[in-house]
Amino acid sequence: MNDWQCFFLIPIVGLHYRAKDKLTSKRYSVESNINQPEKYFITKGIDTFFIEVYNIAKFTGLFFKDLFTPPVEPREIINQCYEIGYRSLALISVTGFIIGAVFTKQSRPSLANFGATSWLPSLVGIAIIKALAPLVTALICAGKVGSGIGAELGSMRVSEQIDAIEMSGTDPFKYLVVTRVMATTFMIPVLVFYMALIAMMGSFVNVSINEHTSFTTFINAALGDINFMDYASCIVRAMVYGLTIGIISCYKGFNTAGGTEGVGKAANASVVLPMFLIFIEEVFIVQIFNWLKHV
Amino acid sequence: MYNSQPDKEIVISIHGLYKSFDECPVLQGINMEVYKSENVIVLGPSGSGKSVLIKLIAGLLKPEAGSVKVMGKEVGKLDKRELMGLRTKIGFSFQGSALYDSMTVYENMEFALVRQFKNMHGGEVRKTIREMLEAIGLGNAKNKMPSELSGGQKKRIGIARTLILRPEIMLYDEPTAGLDPVTSGGINDLINEVQIKNKTTSIIITHDLTCAKKTGDRLFIMHNGKFIKEGSFDEVFASKDERIKPFYDYNFTQ
Repeated sequence: MNDWQCFFLIPIVGLHYRAKDKLTSKRYSVESNINQPEKYFITKGIDTFFIEVYNIAKFTGLFFKDLFTPPVEPREIINQCYEIGYRSLALISVTGFIIGAVFTKQSRPSLANFGATSWLPSLVGIAIIKALAPLVTALICAGKVGSGIGAELGSMRVSEQIDAIEMSGTDPFKYLVVTRVMATTFMIPVLVFYMALIAMMGSFVNVSINEHTSFTTFINAALGDINFMDYASCIVRAMVYGLTIGIISCYKGFNTAGGTEGVGKAANASVVLPMFLIFIEEVFIVQIFNWLKHV
Repeated sequence: MYNSQPDKEIVISIHGLYKSFDECPVLQGINMEVYKSENVIVLGPSGSGKSVLIKLIAGLLKPEAGSVKVMGKEVGKLDKRELMGLRTKIGFSFQGSALYDSMTVYENMEFALVRQFKNMHGGEVRKTIREMLEAIGLGNAKNKMPSELSGGQKKRIGIARTLILRPEIMLYDEPTAGLDPVTSGGINDLINEVQIKNKTTSIIITHDLTCAKKTGDRLFIMHNGKFIKEGSFDEVFASKDERIKPFYDYNFTQ
């Protein structure tokens, strides 16, 4: 093995075992823990980061494994779809309408300088479907849904309710995690298209105040420049964001430790981490779809 | 493993059990045998590892070293499916009751019942739950949320939710902690009734010597992650050991 291979492989193998150890709360021997200072491969912060990445990857793998093995929990999936989808409608409606109306109002003067206000519906359509609807819906849901899941599972963990589910012969991962992640993955795309529709209506209100345009003409103009790949990109992004929100908030809630303070931290991390990851994913998915369009 | 009472069937057998969390050792070489239909009390100061012991028996925690056999099966070596199968035979009454906050009392009772007895039809489920709630004197609480119940009511529902599944082994984590003497007396009677009616084997974690005296066939005293004394209530408290005496003095002589 070359020196550079040793340099990379030894910390990775070491981190793998440390992560495995932390995840299962299992130690290899009693004596090895006692009176030994913590040792880090790089620094505490970097080690913790890689351990967290490893644990989240393992948690995601477990989700996909359990997704395709019986039993399914149809009642709980429907219940979670209702909680995540239906109960977010009011918030999505208000924000969507405001985004559509304000975006149109702010864009009008720039287009009016070129005498191109007739392009407004098209501009709004592109902006909403290609960028605003998936991103804004995902960020709102990360705040509303992510914090809810993180706090709920966190308090269930510290009050031993998850242990009680386990003791009743039910797999808590399947009952609590798989159902919630499925609900976020399928309901956020629905909310994205709902927000797009409401934002278009907000935009139409502004357009109809200034120009005499029917709603049909407005919608035809708005969606005229949107092609199949744009819709596909929108759905894929929404599903990826939904999966991210579900996985991270369930992971944080499910692994909460440290009483009520731990619940607060889990709820906070269930919002902040998905929001950060959504922006990272946005960059990659947009690049991939732009590349696919030109293939 | 050596059976000190060969005429009785060993249900739980623990040998050389160690467990620690991060840098802190909790259990340091536990050996224990629990026989069929007996009530075993584990008594010890807070933080001595009593709750960790029953969580290891239930498979909620993994042992670090040593063996935990429940009904002949090595708990630490069971896969997920086998462990879930074994847990259908074990009931666990949690210290804080652990009722599901988002469900009513009825739904709390129904949750495990319909999952474990899949062939039970709706009418039978409703009848079983009603009878169990009436047996613990909370027949009118079925539509209440856990937040609307008192500590004693939560505790009784937590125990009833487990007993409705007719477990062969019951693990009670501080069943009378924080309750008034009347409610505590009721819970002690319930524990004895379960033992007599269902021939259930129980491990009861407690600080309450009245509970220990009324319900326990054998007592184990835990100190710093080890058992320091074992025997009947009178045998254990005949000891002049300074680690044991304060329990008796606090409960009975003050």
